[in-house]
Amino acid sequence: MAIDMAQFHQVFFEESFEGLDAMESGLLNLDMGDVNVDDINTIFRAAHSIKGGSGTFGFTAVSDFTHVMETLLDEMRDGRRKVTQTAVNVLLGSVDCLREMLQAIKDGDTIDPAAVGAHKQALDQELAHPGQATAAIASASSSTMTQQPRPPAVDNDQPAVIGWTIAFSPHLDLLKTGNEPVRMFRELATLGELTSTVDLQGLPDLFDLDPEECHLSWKLVLNGAVSPDAIDEVFAWVEGECDLARMPIHGEHPAAPPAMTIPAQDAPRPPLPASIPSDGKDAKKDDTKASGKASNSIRVDTSKIDTLINMVGELVITQSMLSLIGDRFEVNKLDQLKNGLSQLERHTRELQESVMNIRMLPISFVFSRFPRLAHDLSSKLGKKVELKLVGEHTEVDKTVVELLSDPLVHLVRNSLDHGIEMPDIRSAVGKPETGTVTLDAYHRGGNIVIEVRDDGKGLDKDKLRAKAIEKGLIEPDAVLSDKQTYELIFMPGFSTAEALTDISGRGVGMDVVRRNIQALGGNIDIASELGKGSTIAIHLPLTLAILDGQSIAVGDETYIVPLGAIIESINITDDRVNRVAGKGETFLLRGEYLPIIRMHDIFNVASAKAKRLTEGLLVVVEGQGLRCGLFVDDLLGQQQVVIKSLEANYRRIEGVSGATILGDGSVALILDIPGLMRLAHQ
Amino acid sequence: MSDTVLSASKASGQGLQFLSFTLGREEYGVDILRVQEIRSWEPVSRIPNVPAYEKGVVNLRGAIVPIIDLRERFQLGRADYGPLTVVVVLQAIINDKTRVMGMVVDAVSDVIDIEKKDIQAAPNFGARVSTEFITGLASVNGRMVMLLDVDKLLRLDGVDDNDET
Amino acid sequence: MATILAVDDSALMRQMVSFTLKGAGYDVVEAVDGVDALNKAKTQAFDCVVTDVNMPNKDGIALIRDLRSLPNYKFTPMLMLTTESGADKKQQGKDAGATGWIVKPFNPEQLLKTIQKVLG
Repeated sequence: MAIDMAQFHQVFFEESFEGLDAMESGLLNLDMGDVNVDDINTIFRAAHSIKGGSGTFGFTAVSDFTHVMETLLDEMRDGRRKVTQTAVNVLLGSVDCLREMLQAIKDGDTIDPAAVGAHKQALDQELAHPGQATAAIASASSSTMTQQPRPPAVDNDQPAVIGWTIAFSPHLDLLKTGNEPVRMFRELATLGELTSTVDLQGLPDLFDLDPEECHLSWKLVLNGAVSPDAIDEVFAWVEGECDLARMPIHGEHPAAPPAMTIPAQDAPRPPLPASIPSDGKDAKKDDTKASGKASNSIRVDTSKIDTLINMVGELVITQSMLSLIGDRFEVNKLDQLKNGLSQLERHTRELQESVMNIRMLPISFVFSRFPRLAHDLSSKLGKKVELKLVGEHTEVDKTVVELLSDPLVHLVRNSLDHGIEMPDIRSAVGKPETGTVTLDAYHRGGNIVIEVRDDGKGLDKDKLRAKAIEKGLIEPDAVLSDKQTYELIFMPGFSTAEALTDISGRGVGMDVVRRNIQALGGNIDIASELGKGSTIAIHLPLTLAILDGQSIAVGDETYIVPLGAIIESINITDDRVNRVAGKGETFLLRGEYLPIIRMHDIFNVASAKAKRLTEGLLVVVEGQGLRCGLFVDDLLGQQQVVIKSLEANYRRIEGVSGATILGDGSVALILDIPGLMRLAHQ
Repeated sequence: MSDTVLSASKASGQGLQFLSFTLGREEYGVDILRVQEIRSWEPVSRIPNVPAYEKGVVNLRGAIVPIIDLRERFQLGRADYGPLTVVVVLQAIINDKTRVMGMVVDAVSDVIDIEKKDIQAAPNFGARVSTEFITGLASVNGRMVMLLDVDKLLRLDGVDDNDET
Repeated sequence: MATILAVDDSALMRQMVSFTLKGAGYDVVEAVDGVDALNKAKTQAFDCVVTDVNMPNKDGIALIRDLRSLPNYKFTPMLMLTTESGADKKQQGKDAGATGWIVKPFNPEQLLKTIQKVLG
């Protein structure tokens, strides 16, 4: 029966990558001065699991590599080896190497033997101090174990072995390890013809007999050309719990065909099959290509599933109740029907929330890569930085997690590179040598906010302004608030770095970061104080898939405005409208003039009904801190809509964040307020 | 011979299968493997600020799918949409992404089998549809069928501009 | 059919053992470490225990020792999953009362054969 192992590859990879993450954070957290044995144990176990799993699947390059790491860690946890920073760094490098190896196998790529060799050498060198090397490395080269009985040793000089007599005397406690003579005899019987004679001599009196002890012993005769190893294997588990003696029975082998006898040493060796890989050369030959189906999966807490199951249960009950009412409906049951329907609505909503909740992951998934990043980067830059993570358990939709990663990396790199000063400069201005970068995540008003705070040198308004003028991004006499000055760094083409270092990104500027976040319906802003530090805050909607929307009518078209963006809807009176040549229309609202966006204009809706402002409605909306009024024909209903991507099969439209399917099956576009404002500006 | 032709299914030996349709007086064919389904025309939801031949989007079992009017695209003259108007829903592969898009045609003709050897290169004789989209010509029952490259056909201006062809 | 308790902190290992043995008609209950396994053993009678050695909270050897002290498990076959270089672990396991061991890495067929030998 061949069992297909490929189905387990996916779990192996998932588990191994998790294990590598655990090893990495464990290694990063090791305190040289006060080593916690439990922590080392955890790291050891992770390596051990990866080794075991990879060995099972035949990924020998991985298991061999991991074995050396495991040996190093084993010595550390036993106290036979001191935990040094060098060793930790070598292990961290090995973790990276392993990650690449596993990814390569998963993708079906070749593993770079040079890179692996380099890391292995580093590990071996580390292992060699202080001199425990040879034993460990020798054991690393042992191949996968399968206990196969070697062919019977046929001795040319003596007559062949045709059987064995075996004397088997279990010690008293053999049964207490769950071993059973009968099982062993059954196994022996598969090797040849078995006869047994029991010896009752050891049996005590019935009253003295402890049935849990084994007082019997046996003499067995096994007929057949069985190898001694095969017999030993049967008793392998009970070696220390019995007395075993076996003696071969020799006899004439009638008509033994000459071909059967294994020739002496001078016979030509059979040619080695070509598929045996030459040592060290092609690491990829050892590692079979894994079934690399890119799967999109998440781990879910079982309690969330339980909640879901309960809700579906309630839904089913409500549905049957409605069904009953509907079956023989009479008008006097109308109230019951209404109750049932509102219950249905409630359950459906709860179910929806529950399901959305399943996609929620703690933001620690995004944060997890930063300790390592900060560690490596600060070493590279020669700076001392402490990374603090706050609010790691804050939950975010899975898609947000995936999309947040890159922007955050960019921001953290920026803080480390441009924000935190060198240790000597910090001391000179009275700051502690070690700078602090904090990643803080929290929920606020239907959004998730992630802040990147540093206590570095902050942004210099004057420098920013000067740079922007120099680059022609603003007029020399432009009046800007502090906030607007800081936001200059989001303008395309703006970069205060003298040289685009590899650290802060190859020209991927803050403008791209902001655009990506805006594309998700979020925004990003900066606060800073010169000399004290900067805080960059990313705001994102909690969930990207569902939106509370207000439908509006513009001619024959229906659009959805996110309810969260709406401040109010008003009728306009002419006296409040102000028209400025070249700057469009504005209206007065509580002392402030806000721009008017005529929807039928920017969306080219020919069928629009309201031509004069007084004939339609103005929906006052806010996006990214700016307000405006959307001029529409009418307000329709409010509903929760499922956001569908327009870009999956089509294109991104400025002013539109997505689409949804209405109850009647038609498609309505969901408006993106900041985008509309940009459109109107053009 | 372009890739589209080579990637079409093999009906028998060296045979390839195409779905043929008419636009005005001319007949065209697309690789049958790229045809997801054929639907009758239904009202689209307009999308603002896009080329006129991108008529809008429809809801296709929960997915938002754009509808392109090929007649308008190639300036073959407008036709009115009626109950007989057909939308051929295709899968285009652009930049390793599969996109589902629908194109409005006058009528769908048939599924035709064409032997690879019977496909000729498209000469630049000023066909209404730019030859950049035509992968070859075939003669079927005395009619000339122009075979179209689906991926090129369904490229969107402003979206797919900077890719290699 | 016999019920087997499979103990390993690696989900991969548990899945493989489960899949292999269930396919052969055994019932399998999984436990993630020694503590989990001991708790389950106290409320359900297993016919056989297969356990990894290196686990958090309570390792395989300690588990076997604790199980042996339970009246129901005096004679239950208990197998350790050990690595080839863990000769000392094998002895420790035996001293704790293990029936025997299966050497890792193993393939599912080997596991199945061994279980069938032990359970008959």
